[in-house]
Amino acid sequence: MSDVSLATKPAAFDLAPTASATTPSRVREVFLPGDARRQTTFGTLRRRLRWPLGIYTTPVVILIVWEVLAQAGVLKPTYAPAPTDIAGTTVELWNDGVLGADLLISLQRAGIGLAIGLSIGIVTGVLGGFLRVGEYVFNGLAQILNTIPLLAVLPLFVVWFGIDELTKVLLIAFGAGVPMYLNLFAAIRGVDQRLIEMARTTGAGSWRVVTRVLLPGAIPGFLVGLRFSLAYSILGLVAAETVNADEGLGFLITQAQTYLQTNKVFVGLVIYSILGLLADQFVRTLERVLLRWRPSYEAT
Amino acid sequence: MTAATEPRLETGVLVEQVVRRFGDRVVLDRLDLTIENEELVVLLGPSGCGKSTLLRLLAGLDRPDGGRIEVPAKRAIVFQGDRLLPWQRVLRNVTLGLRGADADERARKALSEVNLAGREKAWPKQLSGGEAQRVALARALVSEPELVLLDEPFAALDAITRLRMHDLVRELRRKHHASMLLVTHDVDEAIALADRIVVMSNGRIGEPHRVQLSAADREASVAREELRAALLADLGLASQH
Repeated sequence: MSDVSLATKPAAFDLAPTASATTPSRVREVFLPGDARRQTTFGTLRRRLRWPLGIYTTPVVILIVWEVLAQAGVLKPTYAPAPTDIAGTTVELWNDGVLGADLLISLQRAGIGLAIGLSIGIVTGVLGGFLRVGEYVFNGLAQILNTIPLLAVLPLFVVWFGIDELTKVLLIAFGAGVPMYLNLFAAIRGVDQRLIEMARTTGAGSWRVVTRVLLPGAIPGFLVGLRFSLAYSILGLVAAETVNADEGLGFLITQAQTYLQTNKVFVGLVIYSILGLLADQFVRTLERVLLRWRPSYEAT
Repeated sequence: MTAATEPRLETGVLVEQVVRRFGDRVVLDRLDLTIENEELVVLLGPSGCGKSTLLRLLAGLDRPDGGRIEVPAKRAIVFQGDRLLPWQRVLRNVTLGLRGADADERARKALSEVNLAGREKAWPKQLSGGEAQRVALARALVSEPELVLLDEPFAALDAITRLRMHDLVRELRRKHHASMLLVTHDVDEAIALADRIVVMSNGRIGEPHRVQLSAADREASVAREELRAALLADLGLASQH
């Protein structure tokens, strides 16, 4: 833009030198303290009101539009029942005692599966990260398992472990374990070599190097792994429960699907998404505590 | 073999005919260097001449391809970057290599020596460049080493902070009785701090320059200018002066 104006300027000078002298030729910027306005209570109030819902603004807007369209009859109840209808169904199911029991059994499966998967993922990840032997033993296997889709192993698991709880729990463990291993391994190997070298020159022993340099340095990667593990475990939960179950959230959805009770399907979906949100919040809280040293967390 | 591994000196540093190669490139070519007890030797040379390679050998981080190196077991390094652990507070960074119940106490003392008392609880990311490098100095000195290796420790600092650091180094030398090797490419820094300056080129060390000037003479004097000219000549920069 400025190039163009410079190129045309000489011609303008020739034609009307006085005109170009009166118009400002250089664009200038003035910066003033940005927090002068914020300090007033009115300013803070206005800022709060501008985005009162933060990142949840879009979901809420979608919900409102959805509700309006459903009430207006544009969306059919079998296609997408109104949010208020879904909420009503949820309360109804809860009062019937169906939802509570299903939720409990689902959470139990997810909890056991996560515990197994994370334990295996963390132990192998630490061994693989610290020891070359560990890398040779676990890394190839983990890379292969990582390429196998969770849903593809489900039929095999059914054949191997039957249609009972074991298959479901192991599927969740599989989903949680692999990303935890891969991320933890990469995180430990990714710790700055210069810091390890420095620690050794101070006379710190291997234990010190592990506990003060390698493990804390691997925590950001560990948290990434945890995020993936939680997400995949919920995915595993859905997959396991929709195939063969007589209780649990997945069963609720499959049953509702069979009888075309779309509102019940949505109840299941909403609960799954809430579980996902809670898992995300959990990791965020962990980050706030464990990554205090990062400058980006100082502001909050 | 036992004669080679047997120590010959009580104190200081002894480097004899040391060779270091990277592939076909010979970086250190039968290099000799001695550092006396409590002496501060400045190793001067242009970037990439092998200064840091030699320092890493003295630190024991790498092994030589030939020759013999003898250094005290109690030694510490200050690197060009501060290399502080970002996830540990300042105090824990200093106690990294310490053992015993008095570790915190000693670290506090070391921090107050580098004028950072009261900053023990800060995170490294909250420190300025000069402060971070002072923490690195404290971390090196807290173990009371017999040899301190400084690898261009002030190269990344601004000119004013660098001068303050020079004062600090002089002050610390009065309290800590250690041999020091300071690697730098800054002629003025060398003159400001050294007992002896050695210039490195082509993988070897040239004739040493003893510096026996008072603090004031190091700032400005005829002898200083002569030394500076001689050092620049050794570095092959005489024509520019």
